[in-house]
Amino acid sequence: MVSTLEDRVRPPAAAGGPLSTQEFFINMGPQHPSTHGVLRLVLKLDGETVREVIPVLGYIHRGIEKIGEHQTYRQFVHLSDRLDYLSALMNNWAVSLTVEKAAKIELNDRIQVIRTIMAELQRIQSHQLWWGVLGMDLGAFTPFLYGFRDREVLTDVFEETMGARLTMNYIQPGGLMQDIHPNFVERVKSFLKYFKPKLAEYEELLGGNVILQERLRKVGRLEAKTAVSMGATGPVLRASGVAHDLRKKEPYGVYSKVAFDVPVGTMGDCWDRYWVRIEEMRQSMRIVEQLIDNIPAGKHLLVKPAIVIKVPQGLYYGQVETARGILGIFVVADGTGYPYRIHLRTPNFNNLWSITAIAPGLRVADLVAILSSLDIVVPDIDR
Amino acid sequence: MVNLQTSWEVRTLSQRASEALAGGQLGLTTGYLFAGLAGLAVFLAAMALVLVYAERKIAAHFQCRLGPMRVGWHGILQSVADSLKLLLKEDIVPTDADRFLHVLAPFMSLLAAILVLVMLPMSPALQVADVNIGVLYVTAVSGLGALGILLGGWSSNNKWSLLGAMRAGAQIISYEVSATLSLLVVVLFSGTLQLSKIVQSQADGWWIWRAPGVGLLAFAIYLIASVAEINRTPFDISEGESELTAGFHTEYSGMRFAFFFLAEFINMFVVSALAATLFLGGWMPFHIGGLATFNAAMDLIPPGAWFAAKSAFLIFVIMWFRWTFPRLRIDQLMRLEWKILLPIGFVNLFLAAMAVLFGFYFFPVQ
Amino acid sequence: MDNEKLLAALKTLEPQISVRENADRLAVTVPCERLGAFMSKLKLENALRFDILYAHTAIDWVAENRFELIYILSSLEHGHSLMVCVSIPRDAPVAPSVSSIWRIAEWQEREVYDMFGVLYRDHPDLRRLLLEDDWQGFPLRKDYKDDFMLEKPQ
Repeated sequence: MVSTLEDRVRPPAAAGGPLSTQEFFINMGPQHPSTHGVLRLVLKLDGETVREVIPVLGYIHRGIEKIGEHQTYRQFVHLSDRLDYLSALMNNWAVSLTVEKAAKIELNDRIQVIRTIMAELQRIQSHQLWWGVLGMDLGAFTPFLYGFRDREVLTDVFEETMGARLTMNYIQPGGLMQDIHPNFVERVKSFLKYFKPKLAEYEELLGGNVILQERLRKVGRLEAKTAVSMGATGPVLRASGVAHDLRKKEPYGVYSKVAFDVPVGTMGDCWDRYWVRIEEMRQSMRIVEQLIDNIPAGKHLLVKPAIVIKVPQGLYYGQVETARGILGIFVVADGTGYPYRIHLRTPNFNNLWSITAIAPGLRVADLVAILSSLDIVVPDIDR
Repeated sequence: MVNLQTSWEVRTLSQRASEALAGGQLGLTTGYLFAGLAGLAVFLAAMALVLVYAERKIAAHFQCRLGPMRVGWHGILQSVADSLKLLLKEDIVPTDADRFLHVLAPFMSLLAAILVLVMLPMSPALQVADVNIGVLYVTAVSGLGALGILLGGWSSNNKWSLLGAMRAGAQIISYEVSATLSLLVVVLFSGTLQLSKIVQSQADGWWIWRAPGVGLLAFAIYLIASVAEINRTPFDISEGESELTAGFHTEYSGMRFAFFFLAEFINMFVVSALAATLFLGGWMPFHIGGLATFNAAMDLIPPGAWFAAKSAFLIFVIMWFRWTFPRLRIDQLMRLEWKILLPIGFVNLFLAAMAVLFGFYFFPVQ
Repeated sequence: MDNEKLLAALKTLEPQISVRENADRLAVTVPCERLGAFMSKLKLENALRFDILYAHTAIDWVAENRFELIYILSSLEHGHSLMVCVSIPRDAPVAPSVSSIWRIAEWQEREVYDMFGVLYRDHPDLRRLLLEDDWQGFPLRKDYKDDFMLEKPQ
């Protein structure tokens, strides 16, 4: 009943005859430049054509779910940073949201508005990095540095408020770790002013390039039906034409009070995934613009840091829309300060699976484009 | 029409050597030979150092950063430090690799680059050898570079390297056709295969401007095809760092890796210099018909400097490509060659023949 | 569809379900042998159309000697969501696979097998997912022990 990887990768025998060809297996990863970390894909190739993709996971599996059983809910926030480290704040928020819902902690407007601003800024930041990496994966190295340069501006803004640049631990159950820095509003405004023309430049530099369009258009099509069945969420699902965005469907934070659009693709190819993310950056800036000038006054933390939050017995599932899709936190609480079981429904874990449906029949080079357009972060897959 | 210096006297190094030999001056002959060899070696090393430094600096400034800044003034000694490091690194040959071929491959690659270098007319007095079938020789020898890459990929016993080598093989052979077709246009224009004579024939106007459009188109095709031939972005699919890890040179390290690297840079210089020689007048100064003073002023600049400047410009263009464009996919690459460049090349060759036949020139010839 | 209507609709589909208390959304417990048929109805029934399986995981109720399998479903079309719970004995953990209904279940079930040792009938490719093929034991079980584990702080 249970098989092993070796069963899957037996090389097929060559057909008879002097000109016969043979399919072969090749390891893409765990150390490969375009798997963005220690992801391993075993490819069955026929020449350059991909016949089958077998993802092999677990190279950075840290057992976060097991560790989580020994952490208080507040401590678990720190672990959530280490999932998809590019949307650390949104991961924090997912944990906080679930715990607050379960422990019935009411929040004030200030906390909600700041959380929303931070989440949207980080969505921009995450997409900036994705844009740069996409360029690099397709052979254009320069966008990578442009992406990082602009990301740096936002990272500095975060650092000023949170004291950290990557794993921020900022949003926690009951509020925020610190109040925003006095400079925050000013710096965010100047960032928006700086980044708007830059985004147009992004589109011209990379998106307007004929070669890039050739590489992305009609490559790696994911039909809407398959995408839903494959559990894909976030920009991947929306590029396939399904307008499913939790910020609209099950609004949390103050998303119900701001105006923004959900970009939706038509074809579900790599280009649509590219376009959806570029457009999302624009929408995120729109959200931030609406909120940044009227952050309400109030306390930033409603539960004293020394208090261990106790969650009443039950099953709880809360989810937020991170930069890569839906992060769901499933908590089984037994009434103590520690969860009995905590499960993470991570967006990349589910998004990556769709590569097994997209890739067969395409080339190795297309596989790189697809991986890049799925925008995976490996620690989020392995947990 | 005033031409101050239309008849440049070309004296190659090999001519001098054979004249010395005929005159019985054996010492001078060996002197010339050693000068040639030593000059070539120094030139190669210097060229590699300068080009690597230039590439890094140009890339850095394209990317809004500074590039190497620590070793020497503005990092000018960085490439020296790097080559020292590469020299001192452990030389690894994978256990299952074909040892002989694995060791041979980088030299094959470098050899092809050097063999073309010998033939380049850098200035009237600076050319190692000048055979009367120069263009044919260049085309034939530059194809050898593919052999080095194929051998390197094959002997490494690594599937990624093999994929890279196969890609390189297919690519170089394909693009060789287009490159040769556009070389033929120049051969038609100048009526000779000898490189120094091709340069001299451009005294009245570079071939790129001849027969409006035809020369320019041939130049464009040659530039694209030769960038593809030397495996640089957007045609670097055989290395394809993000796809094939590093393609054919994945398993190379230390000095052997440096040789592949060196070959790539020498090749880049060679194709730029060839394009400059064939289309942009080589060491010939820039003249505009009828402007005697201007032309005289241009003639003051030594021919070697003209050659260097033209080559440097083309090298910059090739680097510019690299730091701007994404990479093509193998099937798109093949489509570009066989469905687009090749038909255009044939039509262009036909038009060039017509232009020569009916004497339709953009620049009036005397 | 609100929770009462949804529950009524589910009851007509499968009379043997019961409501699972203590959950933050509508949760129903289904007998293990009815799971496959029930799930495919959930997906195909036009009024329900649970087309996305957000998460599938298990809980180890070691004191009661059972695993509880959890399926968190939602319908993108209708916007309602549901938690399906199945109890299976801890000493014979076998459940039907739903990977033919939602393709993502293939991975999620592999993860549950990897972590809890739940075996799925008719699973196309049941292998360890995150751990190596020769890993001993199932780490997320409450009684799992290995040499590197730290004790829970008291």
